[in-house]
Amino acid sequence: MPHSNSSITGMSNEVDELLHLFAPFPASVIPLLQEIQAHYGYISEANLTRVATYAHTPESTVYSVATFYSQFRLTRPGRYSIRICQGTACHVLGANSICEHLEEQLGVKVDETTGDGLFTLESVRCLGCCSLAPAMMIGDKIYGRLTRGKVDTIIGAYRNREEE
Amino acid sequence: MSRVTEVWVGVATCGVAAGAELVYSTFESSLAKHNLPVTMKRVGCIGMCYNEPLVDVVTADENRFTYGHVCPEDVGRIVTEHVLNGRPVNELLIPADGFFEHQVRIVLENCGLIDPEVLEEYQGHDGYKALQRVLSEVTPVEVIEEIKLSGLRGRGGAGFPTGVKWDFAAREPGPEKFLVCNADEGDPGAFMDRSILEGDPHRVIEGMIIAAYAIGAPHGYIYVRAEYPMAIKRLNKAIAAAGRAGFLGENILGSAFSFEIKIKTGAGAFVCGEETALIASIEGKRGTPRRRPPYPAVSGLWGKPTNINNVETLANIPWIIRHGAKEFAHYGTEDSRGTKVFALAGKINHSGLIEVPMGMSINKIVFDIGGGLRENKEFKAVQIGGPSGGCIPARLADVPVDYKSITQTGAIMGSGGLIVLDEDTCMVDVTRFFLDFTQKESCGKCTFCRIGTKRMLETLTRICDGEGVPEDVDNLIELANKVRVYSLCGLGQTAPNPVLTTVKYFRNEYDAHIIDKSCPAHVCRALIHYEIDPSACKNCRLCTKQCPVQAISQGKGDHQEIDQSICIKCGQCYEVCPFGAIAIQ
Repeated sequence: MPHSNSSITGMSNEVDELLHLFAPFPASVIPLLQEIQAHYGYISEANLTRVATYAHTPESTVYSVATFYSQFRLTRPGRYSIRICQGTACHVLGANSICEHLEEQLGVKVDETTGDGLFTLESVRCLGCCSLAPAMMIGDKIYGRLTRGKVDTIIGAYRNREEE
Repeated sequence: MSRVTEVWVGVATCGVAAGAELVYSTFESSLAKHNLPVTMKRVGCIGMCYNEPLVDVVTADENRFTYGHVCPEDVGRIVTEHVLNGRPVNELLIPADGFFEHQVRIVLENCGLIDPEVLEEYQGHDGYKALQRVLSEVTPVEVIEEIKLSGLRGRGGAGFPTGVKWDFAAREPGPEKFLVCNADEGDPGAFMDRSILEGDPHRVIEGMIIAAYAIGAPHGYIYVRAEYPMAIKRLNKAIAAAGRAGFLGENILGSAFSFEIKIKTGAGAFVCGEETALIASIEGKRGTPRRRPPYPAVSGLWGKPTNINNVETLANIPWIIRHGAKEFAHYGTEDSRGTKVFALAGKINHSGLIEVPMGMSINKIVFDIGGGLRENKEFKAVQIGGPSGGCIPARLADVPVDYKSITQTGAIMGSGGLIVLDEDTCMVDVTRFFLDFTQKESCGKCTFCRIGTKRMLETLTRICDGEGVPEDVDNLIELANKVRVYSLCGLGQTAPNPVLTTVKYFRNEYDAHIIDKSCPAHVCRALIHYEIDPSACKNCRLCTKQCPVQAISQGKGDHQEIDQSICIKCGQCYEVCPFGAIAIQ
């Protein structure tokens, strides 16, 4: 169904509010992108254009910034992003097999989203809790000393929560 | 027996991940139920991550009893036996294991002992006294002289003398200058800065204000990783509290000096730890380094004189001012004064955060503080300095940890990641891991870094896949040396270090992969296979049920068998077998 005019206006008003949190100049590009991503989970093409116009920065530059930093996503992610740590401590303690297990259980590869839109699997470089290796982060919550069984329990809990 | 007055729960990232918040709330309700006049306190990380969640029970005569691995089920017992009746629950107390005995805590002096979100707690531990002294009786030039005299060197990795760096920025004319705290802790395996920011944020802020006063900067930035949400939250709180108390803002403590701090959240780029890339990032651009000179001290943020210091460096400043440069220089060695914080992780018993005087040997750190290797495995090497550092073999582990000695091994001090590797770690695989990191994090500006790291990674991957050829090692060395010389910034210049140190110290492992087509540590999948020993197999079929690709089935006789053509070598059968009947060949 096509968007009605009012919803487009509503959306841009919401974005406008976010934009006005920062001064309209090029140094605001990164915080603006961060704010938009925090709100919508990703940066749509339309919002990328809005940031460019607002920050008086060429669209190509904003795009180059958005693709340079690993934090930014240009496609819509799942409801929960699972970030599996690939730091050194996690690597030597078996992060690879945990990652493979997640890929198997979720049926997706790293950087992909499950068909039901629930999980996006990502890999990150060190969450900084090496004593809990191997570790992963879902939302703001860190899970440590992972085993295949523990991963199943955690994923199961998120799925159950969703069904309820 | 003295009365219990306080209960502290460690709620840094690692504690919370281990379940500290639930322990905290269980204590709270249990104490309320008994109507006990005991103060609850949330503290930062004391460093004993291997014992999380940690709870301290503190008595009126200031004795501290530390409980480890506390689960909510233990809380009732601790409250009734210890808090109510004054009898410590001995079997839950952490035994003395040498972890603190050999440490000297300057930067971490308050971590795990104070509530990081309460300004008065920091002040109760001499917080902001250094700033008060500096603003009332010390000139900026004298502050710089004191820091020079202390011998403090940058703790971010490069080790440049801090006082000299401040001097450069101080000598630049003009009222518009910037002081930046680099909290973009990107080395995998390092969490020193996170723990300091989470456990004692005011210390870093006080260090920043003193640095800003010394160089004459009215504006400050903290550039912190987005992956550290708790550190960002506590910094924001601390900045607001310091502002309300008059330590930040206009005319600090009635002096003529004004200073403000803003937080910039990094967006995930390892190269932004490099000064000029960090500056570009704060300006809203891609984080690509630029040629120096001009150095940031002359032309930095928005072309203004800028001084950038790492979190740990700044966290040393208040202590040096309070105790004097001489007291600080008393610790450490001739060229490396003071202490260094290390994040100890990997195959070690006591993984956690430690602070030791410079010059302590790696062996002492690993065995006396770290409690040796897990499962008593053989100590193979330490990886120091992250992707820019290198691997130091166990036979050289008597080397003292100071800037000069570590550099002589071919590694670098780096920011403080110390990963212990054992016999089950494949050195070629670890090297490939680091090259995979630097290759992805290379910003792409310099050809040698962009393409050279990619070619080195391809070569290492080929070796791990069992397709290495004899000339690969020489090619790696040649390419590594070129990438080192022809790259503009620290990332490219140090990216070859993992390759060069492992080729130097573990050439035999490269040869085993390339010539014998075997992985001595049984890590590289292309070079291993799993086999079931028919005489040890009890035919319980656990492995068969576990196998994700149905590669295991009933063999001829009373045992299971692996079909090598189907096996993906995931190792799950090996892990579940209760009889040790599965061997890696």
